[in-house]
Amino acid sequence: MVTFKDFRNNVKPNWCPGCGDFSVQAAIQRAAANLEIQPHELAVISGIGCSGRISGYINSYGLHGIHGRALPIAQGLKMANRNLKVIASGGDGDGFAIGMGHTIHSIRRNVDITYIVMDNQIYGLTKGQTSPRSAAGFVTKSTPGGAIEPSLKPLEVALSAGATFVAQSFSTDLKELTAIIEAGMNHNGFAFINVFSPCVTYNKINTYDWFKENITKLSSIEGYDSTNRAQAMATVMEHEGLVTGIIYQDEETPSYQNLVNGYSEEPLNQQEMMIEEKDLQELMKEFM
Amino acid sequence: MLHQLSWKVGGQQGEGIESTGEIFSTAMNRLGYHLYGYRHFSSRIKGGHTNNKINVRTSVVHTIPDDLDILVAFDQETIDVNYKELTSEGVILADAKFKPVKPEDCPATLYVVPFTEVAAELGTTLMKNMVAIGATAALLNLEDEVFQSVVDEIFGRKGETVVQKNMTAIAQGHELMNGMLGDNIGKFELEPADGKHRLFMIGNEAIALGALAAGTRIMAAYPITPASEIMEYLIKKLPKFGGTVIQTEDEIAAATMAIGANYGGIRSFTASAGPGLSLMMEAIGLSGMTEQPLVIVDTQRGGPSTGLPTKQEQSDLMAMLYGTHGEIPKVVIAPSTGEEAFYDTIQAFNIAEELQLPVILLSDLQLSLGKQTVEPFDYSKIEIRRGKLELGELPEAEDKAYFKRFEVTEDGVSTRVVPGQKHGIHHVTGVEHDETGKPSEAAGNRKAQMDKRFRKLDHVNFNMPVFKNTPHEEADVLLVGFNSTKGAIEEIQPMLNEEGIKTNHAHIRLIHPFPAVEMKELIDNAKKVIVVENNATGQLANVMKMNIGAHDKIISLVKYDGTPFLPKELLGRVKELLTDGNI
Ligand SMILES: Cc1ncc(C[n+]2csc(CCOP(=O)(O)OP(=O)(O)O)c2C)c(N)n1
Ligand code: SF4
Ligand SMILES: [Mg+2]
Repeated sequence: MVTFKDFRNNVKPNWCPGCGDFSVQAAIQRAAANLEIQPHELAVISGIGCSGRISGYINSYGLHGIHGRALPIAQGLKMANRNLKVIASGGDGDGFAIGMGHTIHSIRRNVDITYIVMDNQIYGLTKGQTSPRSAAGFVTKSTPGGAIEPSLKPLEVALSAGATFVAQSFSTDLKELTAIIEAGMNHNGFAFINVFSPCVTYNKINTYDWFKENITKLSSIEGYDSTNRAQAMATVMEHEGLVTGIIYQDEETPSYQNLVNGYSEEPLNQQEMMIEEKDLQELMKEFM
Repeated sequence: MLHQLSWKVGGQQGEGIESTGEIFSTAMNRLGYHLYGYRHFSSRIKGGHTNNKINVRTSVVHTIPDDLDILVAFDQETIDVNYKELTSEGVILADAKFKPVKPEDCPATLYVVPFTEVAAELGTTLMKNMVAIGATAALLNLEDEVFQSVVDEIFGRKGETVVQKNMTAIAQGHELMNGMLGDNIGKFELEPADGKHRLFMIGNEAIALGALAAGTRIMAAYPITPASEIMEYLIKKLPKFGGTVIQTEDEIAAATMAIGANYGGIRSFTASAGPGLSLMMEAIGLSGMTEQPLVIVDTQRGGPSTGLPTKQEQSDLMAMLYGTHGEIPKVVIAPSTGEEAFYDTIQAFNIAEELQLPVILLSDLQLSLGKQTVEPFDYSKIEIRRGKLELGELPEAEDKAYFKRFEVTEDGVSTRVVPGQKHGIHHVTGVEHDETGKPSEAAGNRKAQMDKRFRKLDHVNFNMPVFKNTPHEEADVLLVGFNSTKGAIEEIQPMLNEEGIKTNHAHIRLIHPFPAVEMKELIDNAKKVIVVENNATGQLANVMKMNIGAHDKIISLVKYDGTPFLPKELLGRVKELLTDGNI
């Protein structure tokens, strides 16, 4: 039996006390244990930011890469070993500013990995500048007169980019968050999960209390159908993105791996590398 | 009978110029001649002058010549742009349709042949290129049958009638030309070739095939000239081997995806040109710092910025040696021929895994796109070396103890395990880290890890870092180059020797870590060293000075107008330098 404790290591996180990221870490550990995977069968790939440190705090394989590039690294890893459970994670700056191109195209590509954004609507690690998720008017070190750009709407973006799994959660709601991450990891395709993970040090606006007041749980909306993209979009817009739960899931669309022509059923990293002599002869013939 | 012939076809881009050159050269390759082709093309897709110059020889050749024997012209521009290359014995075969005019100072003979008209009578003007091939056959005294197998392959799927029509077009062109040539039939007849079966391919195809033979299964790439053929070739071939090419959203994704796949335990790579390499710099540092193998092909083209996207240049060298912030060990390899491109690509993958670092395989446009004769690759020479990769069962570890993935060792290389392996869990980070991968800023650890990483460069296992043709113990001049300048240097070395200038030639294949000992010896044994390169600032010359000194001996010979070095041109410039009081 695996328990969440198996996914704990002996590294002490250097997050501020009260940082929302602690619960995200706990939820990943619980979700992995609930899925009964072994620590060595999981890889967490993270970007750079306070949030990016998460891969170092979980007892699993982990790679802490460069700012904004967790997604391509995670996809490359998954393609090399399709048996591995791969989670990519990082901050809102990581995924929606510098890494936005990868986010959109990863959603389109639909490789079977789970992407968890720890959204604190601020740049934590660099000590409090505006993020694409900061609300208009938000005063930060880099927007002393208040942010003049509108806040990015990640759920709407994901839905319109063709996501096959879109969810959102709040880091204090460990039960819901764990269930969502589990569902994301079980989803055959790219699972996009945005998590409100408050920064207690640099974001005094979007606090725990603020979220508690403003969030609507999808489970409280009667008849909400998470297989209906139009309804998902309408609901997200109606609530200005402040909903939690599985917003949309499409289980019909095959994942990237299922579509790649000739892609080996056996994990590529277990395959013989050397081609056969007759293969080389055949390949050369085309040039003769 | 001739031992060498130079032939060129030109016209408007998108008009079938490529296929004319293709059919002629494939047939010549099958007869056993050695070929080297270079295409002149613009960034436009349709329209704009394009030409394809092919050097045909009975012996090995790696360059196009300065001169031209036969020019096949489908428009007046082709004549105007290219006639200066023609010798006085040369011939222009021009389509009557555009009413060709021979420039006054053109010494060659103009034959006006109704290519288009003959083709139209046979049913379609598209076959004008076949008529031109027939006319060429008359000048070379070739049997039409030598084109049969090529025509079969190209038109076979369109049915026997189409094949027949094309062969008829060749026959009519041949006959027509015979009638016009009179005594000059077979004027350019070549000595018979050895009939050996060799490959005729561009450097990019050799690189792609090398990657496949090296065991690559995932390539991540973003299209760019002159690298795209690598991904285009592999997307056709990889599915048969269980793998694929992923066209990413940009080069940052391409390089980092390749890193992720290597981290997962397979061989993955990317290929691009200068602009893409600029975007990959941070990823190269990540590979170096996290000790994840990574192979990147850089097919150099004219820079900076968008520069000259379809022209030859070798100006990325310094960026490839020193690019990415901070200091990481890196290996830079520069093949110069199709054969080297294939085997060096395999070497690049081996070194990347053995030393767990980024390896840059440097090519240039002339090598990447120039189509050349290549000896068939020898299967027995393909070797896959993965270094200290431990994929077997690992010893049980203490609870939660991390595997020492970055253990400080004598050769700097640590045992490598990959995700999915039991008892192998460790952390990987671009932050400075300890032996288990955990972040650490401790001064002692920092120094130990930096030293460990750099020690790896003392263990590069590369076969033949320098290609040498050094007949003289004491040379008047040593000619040095990298990548595709080899052909032109090869060509002029015997000419210089014949003139009494004792000339040695060294072509550097492993540029970083620089083969200083080997090169120093060669430099010591020469009065002067001329470094030939396609860039403006003499980058290789500077690298040599940095590594060896010899400032008083090293002379830079550069060309950066977008065109490759031609042998006679190079000969003239070398002699000029040597007479300028330099020797
Ligand atoms: C290429 C690059 N640019 C800038 C930085 C500096 N930097 C590190 S983290 C970060 C933003 C962090 O914000 P976010 O991604 O939201 O993560 P958080 O710290 O809030 O969890 C920045 C700008 C960097 N590491 N790399
Ligand atoms: S600065 Fe903010 S995001 Fe970073 S650890 Fe502290 S609370 Fe968390
Ligand atoms: Mg943030």
